[in-house]
Amino acid sequence: MIRVDNLTRYYGDFAALEGVSFELDEGEIVGLLGLNGAGKSTTLKILAGLLMPSLGAVSIDGIDLLADPDRVRARIGYLPEEPPLYRDMTVTAFLRHAGRIKGMSGSAVTARIPAVIQACDLVGREHQLIGTLSHGYKKRVGIAQAIIHQPKLIILDEPISGLDPAQIVEMRKVIRGLGDGAAVIISSHILSEISQTCDRILVVNDGQLVAQGTEAELVDRTGGANKLLITVRGEAAPFGEWLRGSELVTEASPREATAGQACFLVTMASDQREELLAQLVAKGFGLRLVEAPEDELEEIFLGLTHKEVAA
Amino acid sequence: MNALLVARRDLGAYLGSMSAYVIIASLLLLNGLFFHAWALGAESARYSHEVLEDFFYLNWGFAVATAVLLTMRSFADEASQGTETLLRTSVVSDGAVVVGKWLAAMGMVGTFVALTAYMPGLIFVNGKVSLTHVAVGYSGIVMAGMVASAIGVFCSALFRNQIASGIVAGVIAVYMSVLAWMVAEIVAAPFSEIAAYTALFNQHFVPFMEGRFALSSVVYHLSLTAGFLLAAAHVLHSRRWE
Repeated sequence: MIRVDNLTRYYGDFAALEGVSFELDEGEIVGLLGLNGAGKSTTLKILAGLLMPSLGAVSIDGIDLLADPDRVRARIGYLPEEPPLYRDMTVTAFLRHAGRIKGMSGSAVTARIPAVIQACDLVGREHQLIGTLSHGYKKRVGIAQAIIHQPKLIILDEPISGLDPAQIVEMRKVIRGLGDGAAVIISSHILSEISQTCDRILVVNDGQLVAQGTEAELVDRTGGANKLLITVRGEAAPFGEWLRGSELVTEASPREATAGQACFLVTMASDQREELLAQLVAKGFGLRLVEAPEDELEEIFLGLTHKEVAA
Repeated sequence: MNALLVARRDLGAYLGSMSAYVIIASLLLLNGLFFHAWALGAESARYSHEVLEDFFYLNWGFAVATAVLLTMRSFADEASQGTETLLRTSVVSDGAVVVGKWLAAMGMVGTFVALTAYMPGLIFVNGKVSLTHVAVGYSGIVMAGMVASAIGVFCSALFRNQIASGIVAGVIAVYMSVLAWMVAEIVAAPFSEIAAYTALFNQHFVPFMEGRFALSSVVYHLSLTAGFLLAAAHVLHSRRWE
């Protein structure tokens, strides 16, 4: 169990982080969302033991970061946005060095390396110089050094930045596999990534934790549950007319649909999804698809951080 | 033990980089040329021990220069590669990181010093040299290397930019080598005494150069080395609170 309690960090007079508290459980993958300067990096650096908090406490399995930083660091794996790699070393030599400086014995590192190579999909690259690897593989080596010592908390700062779409898909697989026996916290500004990878989301803004929960909980909290994207068979005009006439619907705006179908983004005053769909079916519309709007998380995020949605 | 892990990694980096070879080879070449021209080039006949003193006199400067040039990249390389993060999130204490980097630099300085052994060898072949004088002189050179490496590691931790680090380490080394003695000549007591005592070369190396083992100078060298390494560790530690 990772406990963060009233975390506060000042840079001079500026409060980069103020009273942030949360807990992470083993096996959880948690996303840390925030705009630039919101306090994400400061939070991660404190969790990684790179920075000390001005106030508050961080503990892992009851061990306090300030009281016993070395024991806490031994339980943390950290991948910064730019992977910390010695380019003149081979992958295996680097992982051996990383394991040793994280407190593992020589034999333990040797025994652990094959599993890490496998988990990070680095098979075949073991003896390659890190400097000659592609960006995607360097990121994987970065993750490998973060997990070599089997930490309780894995911190990944923007793990997919700079990766191409194929590498992103592979990295997602790697990240999903990390939650076995450890808590994972991922910082990213790519909301869809957080949505696809994380079990829970923490939203920071102006140095404060403004929301936390699963995506569904955040959707409920911000009224996102009141929005549906509905596709029916038939023409757009009668369906739009019916929607606008419904007492449950406050707004209905057409969306692009395939020929012979009509699609509308429907907004309700409250969560009355079941009633609306029941009425729709009773009315005889051929229901084809009901889904949450794709940009839902973006809207939630912007709503929580008080930003206007770009037109 | 953790310091040795850092030292091994840094030594590998030194041995894998062209710059370390270039620095050592260039300074060895210059050292040899100066030795030939100055120590061996006297017009009148000289005693072997006088030539040996000149050798140590020259070698002292080259050992200090080697240490400063090698250590200026100690933390700069880590900062540029982002690997400083790896060290600072490891279980290796800041003090062990500093000591590890210093040990690696000392490995290279020691290599440089060892490679100069052919010069006393030439004196030995052509004259009569006391092996005790050679051993004492070399111990003074190694201690100078220890202090200069510690200064270099400290400056590298402070600036994390190898140019700034090299310049400041060079200034400190030159002050402690030469300027402190000059300052002692122009200021009044008690400052003159303090400045004179801090003069690394005149006050603390000359006895070794002459083949006299001075325990107080050993203590001075060790104290300076420990002081600069401690300061470097404090610089690293303070970064966590910036």
